[in-house]
Amino acid sequence: MSHYQPLGGRVVTLPFVFLGVLALIGLYYLADRFINGMGAVTNLNGGFPWGIWVVYDIVVGTALACGGYALAVTVYIFNKGQYHPLIRPALLASLLGYGLGGLGAIIDMGRWWQFYNLFLPWQMNFNSVMLEVGLCVSAYIVVLMIEFLPTVLEKFKAEALLKKLNKVLFIVIALGVLLPTMHQSSLGTMLIAMGWKVHPLWQTLHLQPLLAVLTAFTMGFSIVVFEGSLSSVGFRRKPETHLLSGLGKIIVGLIATYLVIRFGEILVRGKLGLVFAGDLASLMFLIETALFVYPLVVLMSPRGRENARSLLFAAVSMLLAGTLYRFNAFLITLDPGPGYSYFPALPEIMVTVGLVAIEIMVFLFVVKTFPVMPREDHAPAPNV
Amino acid sequence: MNRRDFLRASLGGAAAALSSGGASARPNLTPAPEAVGMLFDSTLCVGCKACVSACKEVNDMPPTVLGDDVQYDSARDLSHETLNVIKVYTNGQPITKDSVTDGFAFEKRSCMHCVDPGCVSVCPVTALIRHPVTGIVTYDAEVCIGCRTCMTGCPYNVPQFDYGNPWGMLYKCQMCNQKGVERIDKGGMTGCAESCPTGATLFGSRAALLEEARRRMTLQPGEIYNYPRGDVREPSSHHEKAVPHYQQHVWGEKEAGGTNVMHISSIPFDKLGMPPLGERSHVSISEGVQHTLYSYMALPAVVLGGLTWLVKRNTDDEGDDV
Repeated sequence: MSHYQPLGGRVVTLPFVFLGVLALIGLYYLADRFINGMGAVTNLNGGFPWGIWVVYDIVVGTALACGGYALAVTVYIFNKGQYHPLIRPALLASLLGYGLGGLGAIIDMGRWWQFYNLFLPWQMNFNSVMLEVGLCVSAYIVVLMIEFLPTVLEKFKAEALLKKLNKVLFIVIALGVLLPTMHQSSLGTMLIAMGWKVHPLWQTLHLQPLLAVLTAFTMGFSIVVFEGSLSSVGFRRKPETHLLSGLGKIIVGLIATYLVIRFGEILVRGKLGLVFAGDLASLMFLIETALFVYPLVVLMSPRGRENARSLLFAAVSMLLAGTLYRFNAFLITLDPGPGYSYFPALPEIMVTVGLVAIEIMVFLFVVKTFPVMPREDHAPAPNV
Repeated sequence: MNRRDFLRASLGGAAAALSSGGASARPNLTPAPEAVGMLFDSTLCVGCKACVSACKEVNDMPPTVLGDDVQYDSARDLSHETLNVIKVYTNGQPITKDSVTDGFAFEKRSCMHCVDPGCVSVCPVTALIRHPVTGIVTYDAEVCIGCRTCMTGCPYNVPQFDYGNPWGMLYKCQMCNQKGVERIDKGGMTGCAESCPTGATLFGSRAALLEEARRRMTLQPGEIYNYPRGDVREPSSHHEKAVPHYQQHVWGEKEAGGTNVMHISSIPFDKLGMPPLGERSHVSISEGVQHTLYSYMALPAVVLGGLTWLVKRNTDDEGDDV
């Protein structure tokens, strides 16, 4: 018998319909984008060629989708089998998050009908960090699909196929650890080439890939804690606090490492004055740092880790911290020079909101109809 | 080696590789062997914008019209319909030309044709190319995917995307040498240099232009100099003019590896809107990091091998499924 079960229950609920409305609004503006061009729905310009479609959907979105990656490392590399029950929901969220990232990349591509050039060896520019990100994210989406395949095969009782797949799955799992390490670090490397436009507090040059992958990893663990806490509330399931608090310990170590490197770089390069400059960048830096420090302090004490509420708050703070780190570096404190400013247009925001709504709708549908959630003894009827 | 040692070693190695020490970063690229470019002398520019007009004619682009001002091109900045623009610097009462205070000056904006171009380095599909001989940076819309990474990688915000068109593409100055125009290949010069009445925009080889720029630095202010027009190597004509107070700075000689389009001026370049660049190109750093991590895919291959071994071991232990 599988360790997992579908949650069951009605798929079309009130929240589901609400998400559906958001999705339709998003799709409307998306159609507008493809018919009338990106200028019709976005505020992109010559100095800000990347807006929220890149920075949220891809840069932040894929980091938020690192739950599958973080858990795969824990379970399969560090051999902590006790976390296994969390892995399927995490993989599903990762698949959807990366799917959103891939979709975001296509809709943001000004010449999307020529996207295939990315996969033609004779067109590839191996100096390009963007090439690495593009290929690696595409490959990882395929890997996530295969990693999630057992759930689908189980649902349709394709046992022979499932057995065969399980025999080779270890290679796919290994790839599923390697690929996010590669492209998540590259998302940081991308900032190097943006040079002087990136504010000095975020322009860490050689340290960019390390900081990017550290925060992606921390966000991955935090999203698992967040989803775990939320689904125990939302679906009235027994909380998995004992498992989640263990992840809390890992998060503490990661945040501490991150902060040491981050502040070490600022001290060594003599940028401490910028932290207290009293301008927008220094304010954003302080907020960002506070969001990193809060979960560190809370999760350092065993009491904070074992309390479901404080665990949830810490996870949310960490997610906001990693999100703000990326937003600050790529958009908020980015300065391409005089004459250029950017704030997303409402239709632009609605496209992103719509895509996230679709992502959540698919998640709800799949956990209710496919064996994704860990089996528990006294599951009350879900009613979300 | 047990599993713990392996993990420790590989984590340490990964961290070292990701922060990559900078040891293997490549130096800046050097100028192409027969690099061609332009020299813009801000002190000679009278702001007539003949170059803006000529550029649009050569490149078959529409004039930019703002409001009722229909008699001349009124483009304010680079855009999908303007590859070359003249901008004005003013301070206080703009009375004296080329004076920092209570003065004004003109500045040309167009692709600088970097020696170590950011756009070329970051483009995933090789849509932007630095010509191996002339150093001219050209764009191929046929392969471009429109990701606009070139715009983020350009220190001068030169490449411009046409957001208003669902089939839009990127626009940048290709030194009048793109397919179908090929003025340089045919032995001609750029439209802007050809049309410039004062020789503020000069065409020529990068070496000859740099020599000319350095010569002007050495002239005494007030001294009469015979300024060339057109191609610096074989000027179409000359005119005599008193030498202004030049800043002792050839923009593009060294900035971020240098540029083939260079500027000289009486006004410090930061006041003319030039970006804060050091001598090192940022893409030389990012390529260094990229190639440290992905040289021959050796590191990823080794890591994948280790990971596969660990996962195999750990899944066999428990007979787990996913």
